[in-house]
Amino acid sequence: MTVVRPQRLAEALDALSSTPAAHLLAGGTDFMVEVNFGRRRPERIVALRRVTELQGWSVDDGRFDLGALVTYRQIERELAGDLPAFAAAARTVGSPQIRNAGTVGGNIGTASPAGDALPLLTALDAQVVCAGPDGERTLALTDYITGPKQTDRRPGEVITRVRFDRVRGPQHFLKVGPRNAMVISVACLALVLDVDRRQVRVGLGSAGPRPARPAEAEQFAAAALDWDSGEMPPDDIAEFGRKVSAAAAPITDHRGTIEYRTHAVDVLARRALTRALGDIGAGDAGDPGQEA
Amino acid sequence: MEEQSVTYGLRINDRDHAVQAGWLGESLLYVLRERLGLPGAKNACEQGECGSCSVLLDGVLVCSCCVLAADATGSDIRTVEGLGDPGTLTDVQQAFIDEGAVQCGFCTPGLVVALHDLLEQRPDADELTVREAISGNLCRCTGYGRIFAAVAAVQRQRAAAGDGAAGV
Repeated sequence: MTVVRPQRLAEALDALSSTPAAHLLAGGTDFMVEVNFGRRRPERIVALRRVTELQGWSVDDGRFDLGALVTYRQIERELAGDLPAFAAAARTVGSPQIRNAGTVGGNIGTASPAGDALPLLTALDAQVVCAGPDGERTLALTDYITGPKQTDRRPGEVITRVRFDRVRGPQHFLKVGPRNAMVISVACLALVLDVDRRQVRVGLGSAGPRPARPAEAEQFAAAALDWDSGEMPPDDIAEFGRKVSAAAAPITDHRGTIEYRTHAVDVLARRALTRALGDIGAGDAGDPGQEA
Repeated sequence: MEEQSVTYGLRINDRDHAVQAGWLGESLLYVLRERLGLPGAKNACEQGECGSCSVLLDGVLVCSCCVLAADATGSDIRTVEGLGDPGTLTDVQQAFIDEGAVQCGFCTPGLVVALHDLLEQRPDADELTVREAISGNLCRCTGYGRIFAAVAAVQRQRAAAGDGAAGV
C-alpha cells in the first residue's frame, strides 16, 4: 500500500494517472470510517489536504468560487454573512471536530443523499469543476451526482472547485433529526428567494437518490407570492408544501420512513418559505448578509 | 512529491516520533495508542461520533480516528498528554477533579482537549456555546452538569488571573 501526499494539483493528477483506482482522501470523516471498519482496504491513497489549488474561496463579480478543501468550519465562520443558509447547513454537520475536517469537495464526492452541503448548492445551481488527465471540465452538481453515493467522476479526476452565482434574497436551511448535533439528516431543505429573477429555488436533502429541484413547486410559489410585500395566501403556501413533498422521492431506512420523510419535507418547505417571506416583509430581501 | 513508507515521522507534543506502522491505512488514533504508547486519546467509536479521541492537528480540533496517521507527517499534533507540563494538571483537568466532572472517565481526555480548544478561542463562552462546542463529545455517564460547572470554574479562575491563558 502507498500513500501519496501531493502539494500541487499536477502532482495529484500524476499520481492518479498511474493508478486511477487510487482513493482520494480529503477530510477523512467518511473515508477513514470505512477504513477503520475494514470496509475498504485501499492499495493507494492520494492525500489531498495540502494541494494548494483546492484550497480557499473567493467571491468575484458576484460569483462564488470555493476550493474543494473548504471545510464546514470555514463555511460556518467565513461565509455566514454572504450565505446564511449554507452556514446554517454547515453548522448542523456532525460536531466541531467533524466540521473542522470535513470538506465541501468531500461532501460532493461522497455523494450521500444526506450530504448537508448539497441542498443549498443545488438550489443555487452550483457547478462542479473537475481536473483530470484530459484537462478540466465543469458540470452541474445535479449532473455530477448520479445516484446515492454515485457520481460521474471519471478515472483519474479530482474535484477542484465549486462555483455558483450570488443570489440576492432571503435563504433558509432546515433539517430534521433526533438532535441538533451529530445528526445525519432524516430530511433537510434549502430555500432561496431569488428576488432579482423572482424565482423560488429549493434543494432537498435525504429526500431522493440525488440532488434535484422541485421545479413545479418552485414555479407555483414564484407565481403565487407577492414579491414586493412578501405576502402569499395561506392556501398557496400549503399547496407549495404539497407540491414540494410530491417531488420528493425518499426511501424508508433506519432513519425514517417514506411517509415520515414526505411529511417532513412538506413541513420544512412551508416553514422555510414562510420564514423567507417574513424576511421580505421585514425588508431584509436585498441583503442576505443581514441577520434574518 | 512525497510518498510515505511504512516508517514515517510524526511530531507529537513537541517531540519527534518514528512510527513503524504495520499498515499505512492506520488511523492517527491507532498509531498514538498502539504504536507510540500514548493512550490518552481513547478509542470508542472509530467513526467520529464520540469525540473521545479528540486531538489538535496543527491547532485544529479533530477526531484522531478520522485522520490517516501517514498523512499527519509534518503536522503539529497535540494530545491530552501534551496540554500541560509533564506531571502537572492543566486548569481544565484540575477543575474536572474539583467539580466532580469525571465519572467513568472514558470521555474525559477528549473533553479536556475540546475544552482547552474552546477556552483558547472563546474564553468567555456562554453555556450554549459550551454545549455546542462539546456536542460531539459523548459522556455516557450523563455527567454534563458537572462538566459545565468545571468550565465555569476555569473561566472564573482565568478571569481572576487576568490573562486568560493560565494553566496552558
